[in-house]
Amino acid sequence: MNGQEIAFLALAVVGGLAGLFVVTSRNVVHAALWLVVALSSVAGVFLLLAAPFVAFVQVIIYVGAIVVLILFGIMLTRAPVGRRVFDNSLRARIGALVIGGGMFAMLTWFMVDAWSGERITNRAPTTTEALGNAIFRNYVLPFEAVSVLLLAALIGAIVLARRD
Amino acid sequence: MPLLYPLVFAAFLFSAGVYGVLARRNAVMVLMSIELMLNAVNVNLVAFSAYLQDKLLAGQVFALFVVAVAAAEVGIGLAIVLLIYRNRETVNIDEVDLLRW
Repeated sequence: MNGQEIAFLALAVVGGLAGLFVVTSRNVVHAALWLVVALSSVAGVFLLLAAPFVAFVQVIIYVGAIVVLILFGIMLTRAPVGRRVFDNSLRARIGALVIGGGMFAMLTWFMVDAWSGERITNRAPTTTEALGNAIFRNYVLPFEAVSVLLLAALIGAIVLARRD
Repeated sequence: MPLLYPLVFAAFLFSAGVYGVLARRNAVMVLMSIELMLNAVNVNLVAFSAYLQDKLLAGQVFALFVVAVAAAEVGIGLAIVLLIYRNRETVNIDEVDLLRW
C-alpha cells in the first residue's frame, strides 16, 4: 500500500461520501456544495491517474462554471432553500435505492471478474503538449464538432431563457 | 495502484447518480445527479487510458469532450428548467406531465 494508493483511497472515500450526500441532501443548496466536493475529489483522482490537464479542466469548468450555473438555476427557480424540500414517496425512494444498489453490485461484480489483478503502472504525467498534439492531430473533427455543439447550446440557452 | 480502485469509485459515483435521478423530484437535483454520472464516466475513461498507456491518449481526449458536452447540456437543461418555472411556478418534475397518457 504505497502513498499513491493511500491518497487515492482518501480521495475516493471523500468523493464517494460527497456523491452520496449530493443525492440524499434535503437542502438543494447543500447538495450543490456537496457536488463541489465530489467534483474536486474527482479532479484529485485525475491527478493521481497522471492526467493533470484533465484535472485542471475539471476544476475550471465543472467546479468553476457548471456548479455556479446550477447555483444560479437554484436561485432563479426559488427552490425551497432551508425548508424541507419535496421528495418522492418512500416506496419510490426504496425502488431507486434497489436499482442504484443493484447497478453498483452488478458493475463491481463484472469489473472484479474482468480486471481483478491488473495494476496501473506509474508513468510520467501527460503533458499538455502531448494532449494538444493528440487533439489537434488525431481528433480535430470531434473538436470542431464540439465547438459547433457549444455554439448551438449557447444560442439555444439564450433564446430559451430570454424574456420577450 | 490496482485498476479496480478507480473503476469501483466510478461505479459508486454512477450508482449514486442513478439513485439521484430516480428518487429526487427537483429538476435541478436531477441535473446535478446527471453531472455525477458524467463524472463517473470520465473517471473510467481516464483510468483506462492510464492502464492501457495508449499513445493516442484517447481516454483523456474523450474525457475533455465529455466535459464540454456536459457543460452544454447543463446550460440547456437549466434554461429549460427556468422556462418551466416561469410558466408553471414549479420545479417539481412530477407536475410537468402534460405529455403523459
